[in-house]
Amino acid sequence: MLKLESKQVNFYYGSSPALKDINLEMESNTVTALIGPSGCGKSTYLRLFNRMNDLIDNTKLTGEVLIDGIDIYKKGINVDTLRKMTGMVFQKPNPFPKSIFENVAYGLRVNGITDKQFIEERVETTIKQVVLWDEVKDKLKKSAFELSGGQQQRLCIARALAIQPSVILMDEPTSALDPISTSKVEELIHELKSKYTIVIVTHNMQQAARVSDHTAFFYLGELVEVGTTKKIFTNPTQEKTQNYITGRFG
Amino acid sequence: MNPFFKKFSEKFIEGLLMISGTVTSLTVVLIVFFLFKEGISVFNKKAVEEGYVIAVNKSNKVNSISPEDIKNIFDQKITSWKDLGGKDSIILFRLEDISTYFTDEQIGENFERLPACISRVVDSIPQIFAFFPEKYMDKNFKGKEIEAGKISFNTFFGGKEWFPTAQPAAQLGAKPLILGTLWVSLGAILLALPLGLAAAIYMSEIAKDKVRRVMKPLIELLAGIPSVVYGFFGLVVIVPAIQKLFNLPVGETGLAGSIILGIMALPTIITISEDAMRNTPRSMKEASLALGASKWQTICRVVIPHSISGITAAAILGIGRAIGETMAVLMVTGNAAVIPHSILEPMRTIPATIAAELGEAPNGGVHYKALFALGCILFVMTLVINLTVEFITGSKKYKKH
Ligand SMILES: Nc1ncnc2c1ncn2[C@@H]1O[C@H](COP(=O)(O)OP(=O)(O)OP(=O)(O)O)[C@@H](O)[C@H]1O
Ligand SMILES: [Mg+2]
Repeated sequence: MLKLESKQVNFYYGSSPALKDINLEMESNTVTALIGPSGCGKSTYLRLFNRMNDLIDNTKLTGEVLIDGIDIYKKGINVDTLRKMTGMVFQKPNPFPKSIFENVAYGLRVNGITDKQFIEERVETTIKQVVLWDEVKDKLKKSAFELSGGQQQRLCIARALAIQPSVILMDEPTSALDPISTSKVEELIHELKSKYTIVIVTHNMQQAARVSDHTAFFYLGELVEVGTTKKIFTNPTQEKTQNYITGRFG
Repeated sequence: MNPFFKKFSEKFIEGLLMISGTVTSLTVVLIVFFLFKEGISVFNKKAVEEGYVIAVNKSNKVNSISPEDIKNIFDQKITSWKDLGGKDSIILFRLEDISTYFTDEQIGENFERLPACISRVVDSIPQIFAFFPEKYMDKNFKGKEIEAGKISFNTFFGGKEWFPTAQPAAQLGAKPLILGTLWVSLGAILLALPLGLAAAIYMSEIAKDKVRRVMKPLIELLAGIPSVVYGFFGLVVIVPAIQKLFNLPVGETGLAGSIILGIMALPTIITISEDAMRNTPRSMKEASLALGASKWQTICRVVIPHSISGITAAAILGIGRAIGETMAVLMVTGNAAVIPHSILEPMRTIPATIAAELGEAPNGGVHYKALFALGCILFVMTLVINLTVEFITGSKKYKKH
């Protein structure tokens, strides 16, 4: 089933274009990797799906961005509700200055849930989901800053999962992590795939190859090539893609 | 460059830096030392005017009288020795009263027999309370000289009256001034904190960049306006407005001072707390929004908790500014040295008192020293505030690592 889709999307910061005519479709319960050299517009594209770019002044969007076939930029769309459907994980772990428990409970609380027992259960299941429970179950009341970088990032994933989105957007989620933490997050992505649609931006080719079903290669704001990960990495049609994945530029 | 010369110049600059560092620290220490030396010496002083003595009849059991009681005797609020542990009512004797006891001839043309006359008066009237210049003290004085009590810690901090030029004993109760300072500063911070925080939130989280670029320099400019100008503004605009609004006999009140000080503390509060809020990592705010939180929820639950130590520091530095401010307060608070009961009464703050009175206090006298003691109190107040800031910002650093 088609989950995420962009049609003829152009995006401008001021007058300079950051995305040009992007047409891309992503199926439910798949992992799509966005790759490409720095500044090519991967983050910009990713942030279209939870309207994070709205926060930046002086931007312009043309074309359509659809989730479940609905244009999320059309009039009457409630941005807060939209954002509840799409969890986001950022490049650097960015827990709130709150306790471990409150970090995960945050999304529930801001969405008006007050049932204490419900919150406790949801926090526990989500922390278990990201395989962090054994490490933090005794210090849920402690500050989230006391966790290691890798633990913090898994906590941030739990935070995003707690409100049960259907889409998870990840912007270089492992670039600040050590190899062991990275492989834990990658395992997690594998498991989450059965329930969520995942889009992940990464600079790590091996990672893209390991975790994704489809890969899209961006270059200077254009979508150069998209296809199954296997095809992109073994038999790309475009020369630029070939050069990039073999490390000849980027 | 010649390596020897390079090394030499480096050493030279290092030396210069060290010297200037030492000199600054020494200056600070010196100022504090000087302030406290002068201030504390007020407690060695007698409140009675210098060069005067107080004497009573030998049969009187009273041996010492506090400055407050001396004043009360002169004001005839105390009219009986019973209040002081003696008996019978007091007969007050001042130098000019001598003519009721002796003729000019008996005193002598050049007052040569005046000391003897005073001695006789004091000797003959058991209930007498005599106050006269020391130079007219007879060599074999038949009365009993009273030890005028030294100014004590208790009377200084607890005394309800500040009347340093009172005759014959200066009334040095700092309580009305301390309270005045606290009231005015507290009022100022209660006004400035909500306003300043609102402005800071607006500037850091809501305003467009263009608006912010105009607002920020304007607010910083507010910090550069001389305080006399604020005082004028207060006198011309705020004081009459308060008088009208609350229907008061005078508009010069603690409230006027609080408003002016509040305005003066605003730039500090706004710029520091705004800086703290802008320091909230963008990704943290985005994470909150990405979870479906509204802008306000993000501000209340993420931005403010993240910058709470900066906000606290801003508030405390704002109070610090308010407590130490002199000129503007002097101009609008009415300067009545009485214990305030409401913010709508005239009040007098410590800095205003020092500024207004230091010029007329005789160098080295009780009044002069008392003003230094007030300075010490002010110093301690601001020190406590600064240490609090240090503590708060310090503990934050500890938490982050
Ligand atoms: N807030 C912004 N204002 C103006 N221009 C921006 C802004 N954010 C990004 N850009 C520009 O848009 C282009 C795409 O940026 P984007 O962050 O999407 O790249 P990216 O592919 O994610 O790069 P990286 O791999 O380095 O994260 C860049 O040229 C960048 O300079
Ligand atoms: Mg990026």
